Amino acid sequence: MLLEMEKITKSYGNVTANSDVCFTLRKGEIHALVGENGAGKTTLMRILYGMESPTSGEIRLDGKGVSFASPADAIAHKIGMVHQHFMLFPTFTIAENIVIGREPSKGIGFDRQAAAATVEQLGKQFGMPVDPRKKVADCSLGLQQRVEILKVLHQGAEIIILDEPTGVLTPLEVGELLVAIKGLAAQGKSFILISHKLQEIMEIADRITVLRDGKVTGTVEAKDTDAEELSRLMVGRELIQLSRKAAGTGKPVLEADNVTINGARTKPLLGGVSLQVNEGEIVGIAGISGNGQSELIQAISGLMKIDGGSVKLLGQDVTGATVKTIRERGLAHIPEDRYQWGVAKDATVMENGLMGHAGKHQRYGVLSGPGIRSMVGEWVSRFGIKTGSLSTKAQYLSGGNLQKLIVARELAQKTPFLIAAEPTRGVDVGAMEIIHGELLKKRDEGGAILLVSSELTEILKLSDRILVMFEGRIVGELAADHATEEQISLLMAGGKAVG
Amino acid sequence: MDQLFDVSLFASTLRLVTPILLAALGGALCARVGLFNVGLEGLVLIGAFSAIVGNHFTGNVLSAVLFAILCSLLFSVLFGYMSIHLRANVIVVGIALNFLALGLTTFSLRAIFDVKGAYYNKDMVGLPKWDIPLLKDIPWLGDVLSGHSPLVYLSILIVILLQLFLFKTVTGFRLLAAGENATAAKSLGIKVTRIQYGAVLMCGVLCGLAGAQLSLGNVTMFTEGMTSGRGFIALVATMLGQSNPLGVAASSLLFGFMDALSIRLQGFALPTHFTMMLPYVVTIAAMLFFKDKGYMQEARKANESSR
Repeated sequence: MLLEMEKITKSYGNVTANSDVCFTLRKGEIHALVGENGAGKTTLMRILYGMESPTSGEIRLDGKGVSFASPADAIAHKIGMVHQHFMLFPTFTIAENIVIGREPSKGIGFDRQAAAATVEQLGKQFGMPVDPRKKVADCSLGLQQRVEILKVLHQGAEIIILDEPTGVLTPLEVGELLVAIKGLAAQGKSFILISHKLQEIMEIADRITVLRDGKVTGTVEAKDTDAEELSRLMVGRELIQLSRKAAGTGKPVLEADNVTINGARTKPLLGGVSLQVNEGEIVGIAGISGNGQSELIQAISGLMKIDGGSVKLLGQDVTGATVKTIRERGLAHIPEDRYQWGVAKDATVMENGLMGHAGKHQRYGVLSGPGIRSMVGEWVSRFGIKTGSLSTKAQYLSGGNLQKLIVARELAQKTPFLIAAEPTRGVDVGAMEIIHGELLKKRDEGGAILLVSSELTEILKLSDRILVMFEGRIVGELAADHATEEQISLLMAGGKAVG
Repeated sequence: MDQLFDVSLFASTLRLVTPILLAALGGALCARVGLFNVGLEGLVLIGAFSAIVGNHFTGNVLSAVLFAILCSLLFSVLFGYMSIHLRANVIVVGIALNFLALGLTTFSLRAIFDVKGAYYNKDMVGLPKWDIPLLKDIPWLGDVLSGHSPLVYLSILIVILLQLFLFKTVTGFRLLAAGENATAAKSLGIKVTRIQYGAVLMCGVLCGLAGAQLSLGNVTMFTEGMTSGRGFIALVATMLGQSNPLGVAASSLLFGFMDALSIRLQGFALPTHFTMMLPYVVTIAAMLFFKDKGYMQEARKANESSR
């Protein structure tokens, strides 16, 4: 056994993040670590990478006991980690990013030429070619991921920890990454893969360990299990299969006609997008991120000025209206980037919940505390938002819990129209189930929802109609009942619809 | 026009640019590790005052300069401790230190020399003037470049060394990395805190030299608040030069030239108050030209490091 972590326990005060966790890794194995947010996956890996020290327990490498005081120690023992949020230097070149910490030198000088040559060679050796002189800021997220992995390989890692490696990648990039991981495993590198995405795990992992509330609930061979069993081990109960009633055909709620935004480039950001969302209907917009979805959302919600076309909400023209007006007319918005648009990180859970609701809870401009507290408190219990208290700062909540807070806040607006952009990005299966359930409930109650997501499974699961965006245009419309993942993928990549 | 732009104007530019340049280089180092040092003004003022104190008590120019370096260094330790160790907002710390320096030097001026406003003593020796062999014999150029204090030449040397250090050495590379993304640098086992302290201390040394040039090179006296905003001009030079030693040198030259020009114009029957505005007007104009990304980056860095 290459790595053995035995009876690892980690407590912070009286909170136990890991309790008697045992984890092993064979040479050349891909071992997935799954569990809901806050199940203790990241803590376990931080212990392995020397960022935390365990309260008790033992780590053995090749049978010899080791203890790491810092990441540098772990690196020295050939353990490398690719963090969920990339640890890169955007203004530096790829080569500089990879060799940093162990730079080739001439005397005290940094030999950048040798660095570029080393990196080029490294990329070839592991089948992940890169242009060493390119700036990381100019690289796609997929390429940045590749740089991260090469960096870890350059450090001489034999055990590579990948924390949510596919979260920000496009489907194509995910495919490339999975191939690269398999290739490296075939060359004898061992991987620990933290992920929410059961599909990917089933595709790539050899063994799977499931954590729940800091304890191991099972370690299984991938070939002996399926996604349902994994979900059950993660959540501790059966997931309810969401059923969708047929869409009611209601009046149009949102009508966008020929919406155009000319960007700075020659190609328009939005090239004449027309769409309609009716009462009691979820319209899904599929597409690889960066094909105009963000611009479309911002155009509809009034965050971005449009150069042509019109937007109607409930039959009234809201083209060029302010965000405030549009929201008052009947729009709620779950934004795609929760940290940039969704919450104020330094504000409390209660303050974040109040955003957009302040008008209802004031008299003569003075806010009423009890009313707000009961409103936000109700959301916290209904959505199962894990927070210390209502006065906990938003930044201390995990991504999934923060997302539930935003969803609760926007649904509570009870508007006829809702934009849900990436509503479950980086959210665990339990939270995803709740959010999906709430969205469907809103639809069944006659709400109109525009769902924008880069997750095809989500689009297929929730939408009544599916629109596919490519390069700022809608390139296809499919009825949800007949659409297949292959059809949509093809359209997303700019291909023609078949059948 | 010939009277205005003569040899001595350029010679005095070189003399006046030195304090700004040295302080701006210090500021650039701090900016490069993500600490936007607003306290340059105070650091230079401490340097200027302690150079005079050192001179007064030892009567030796070299030890006076060393004393100036020591005092600015201690002051910068304070900046480093508060902004790195205690994680206070760097802007607030910088402003606080500026006021502390102003009050401290004014108070000490009275306590040590028992004078108000300014201290001057004809027995004090200023920095020597170095005539550069060969160079001084070249017409015009010799008159401009030769006959300055050693600190003027030292500052030019420091520009080159700093440029090489930042962009050619491994340590410099790691310094840049620490400023660009401290979290990532830490995850690679780079000692970010140590690098930040190093940059801040080096900034202290440079500001000490700047102060010494101000009170012992350009004149041989100390007046209350004698930096009169040069620390802030240096800050603008830092931003304008994108925290690149060569860029900082170029922008410092611009401000030094304006400083010299404003002094020269006073001899042309223009109202003094009007000519004295010149460097500051140019500073504002420079800021307008420079409203783009570089400045935003500094601001962003300053914000992040205050967390």
